[in-house]
Amino acid sequence: MTISNKAKSDPMTYDVEAIRADFPILARTMHDKPLAFLDSAASAQKPRQVIDAVSRVYENEYANVHRGLYQISEAVTARYEGTREIIRDFIGAVHTHEIIFTRNATESINLVAHSFGRNFLSEGDEVIITALEHHANIVPWQMLRDATGIVLKVVPITDDGEFIMSAFEDMLSPRTKLVSVAHMSNVMGTILPIKEIIDKAHAAGAKVLIDGCQSVTHIPVDVQALGCDFYIFSGHKLYGPSGIGVLYGREELLDEMPPFMGGGDMISSVTFEESTWAKLPHKFEAGTPAIAQAIGLGAAIEYVNNLGLDAIGAHEADLLNYATQQLASMEGLRIIGTAPGKASVVSFVLDCAHPHDIATIIDRAGVAVRAGHHCAQPLMERMDVPATVRASIGLYNNRADIDALVRALGEVQEIFG
Amino acid sequence: MSDDLRELYQEVILDHGKNPRNFHEHDGATNESRGNNPLCGDQLVIYLQLDDDRNVVDASFLGKGCAICMASASMMTDLVKGRSADDAQAMFQAFHDMCTGDGDETALAEDMEKLSVLSGVREFPTRVKCATLPWHTMVAALKGENEISTE
Repeated sequence: MTISNKAKSDPMTYDVEAIRADFPILARTMHDKPLAFLDSAASAQKPRQVIDAVSRVYENEYANVHRGLYQISEAVTARYEGTREIIRDFIGAVHTHEIIFTRNATESINLVAHSFGRNFLSEGDEVIITALEHHANIVPWQMLRDATGIVLKVVPITDDGEFIMSAFEDMLSPRTKLVSVAHMSNVMGTILPIKEIIDKAHAAGAKVLIDGCQSVTHIPVDVQALGCDFYIFSGHKLYGPSGIGVLYGREELLDEMPPFMGGGDMISSVTFEESTWAKLPHKFEAGTPAIAQAIGLGAAIEYVNNLGLDAIGAHEADLLNYATQQLASMEGLRIIGTAPGKASVVSFVLDCAHPHDIATIIDRAGVAVRAGHHCAQPLMERMDVPATVRASIGLYNNRADIDALVRALGEVQEIFG
Repeated sequence: MSDDLRELYQEVILDHGKNPRNFHEHDGATNESRGNNPLCGDQLVIYLQLDDDRNVVDASFLGKGCAICMASASMMTDLVKGRSADDAQAMFQAFHDMCTGDGDETALAEDMEKLSVLSGVREFPTRVKCATLPWHTMVAALKGENEISTE
């Protein structure tokens, strides 16, 4: 694999222009303006290294995995399974077979809600989430509640968007069976104190799922040091392909959990009377998987590793700081989510214009942001806004992107002011 | 600023968006419906007061939405007052066709001409629903449906 050696992992020499050259799409325009892509929290762009890895699979390496008794199938199986090891190393899991491939983070949570939730939780048991969760970490638990009679509790947040630890402590009880929380808010960038949450949940006898969709792209994660029971994320936000997600689960839990879906690849033997399940990880991977996408995710993680998450995080923090200063100085602009130590996301509203009008106008200036409720309607209600504009920062963004956003917001104020 | 943006955000739209007409609850409403665009979170309620012959005696609305949605609701509630339910339904169709590009603003009846300021949404496919949500909701209210969603 060729990995750019133009970029250094030292934050002082983080060469964002060299990194941008790895992302072909950043060279294109939008409405004849340079593309200022500030929507990586929704889905990130892909570097040439990932695009090439996926193309190479289809051009030269493709066959089904785990089935073919011929060279290219064996080779692609090794590449596919090798990605599991890259991911294990990336998040510090003990075993490679604790890494389960899913379609996306949403499927990872649904897998846990079905396989763990429906088999180990019963009426009156409690699941705790927070007020800042993405719908993907709300709806599966509501469905579990409706099916089994569990109780869903929601930890409130402060006006700044911070997790309220004392409220969480008050909610914990012997009936708490699972705590499922985001590592980082997709709307406000708040980083949750997950180590403390995990320790307190474990002390109460509960298991913990961490939704790492937003955090794995900014913060080094070590699931052993954290001690979490499940950690989930998607590939497409991590500069990898869409259609591939990850569920990490501790071996002893995954061993006890029954399969989520039935079909090929997840069985040990099948007769019409009964079937037995394959060992981990394949027990949870029914059917032909997203082969090229998994290999592409491996390439994405190698790309990120090569730059170094510490260096990426430092670059993004610097840019977030710049963006926050620039935006905060605009008249009539209010930032939603001001927790100390937040990362890479700035949500805001303008007095004079609705987020959709803002997004439409700045789109014509080449600026891509997300406007709306960001799949977090309960959070919008909590922060008392119908919607926000969200600019999110990825490893390839630069000050010119932020300047383009601020300039375009000036146009919005011109129209609506 | 690009021409299509200027076309979309004409003065009259900005004015209706900022100072929406008929923007209040309606105690005498005989029909009301809640419109919801789950994609963006826009929500509004349309209130209609129909007489025994199904004429729209009065119309008003409440809600939160973008300038396009608010302006569209504001102008619509002005226009349907004094019309029969059938007329209002026909106006919806003409307006809908204009916004989606199946018809054009020159096809609008004379008394609907002022709606042509909203024809700019044709150049913004993701914004068509912003303009049509109030109208879909109004038609639902006419039919006695309490709730609609544009998805």
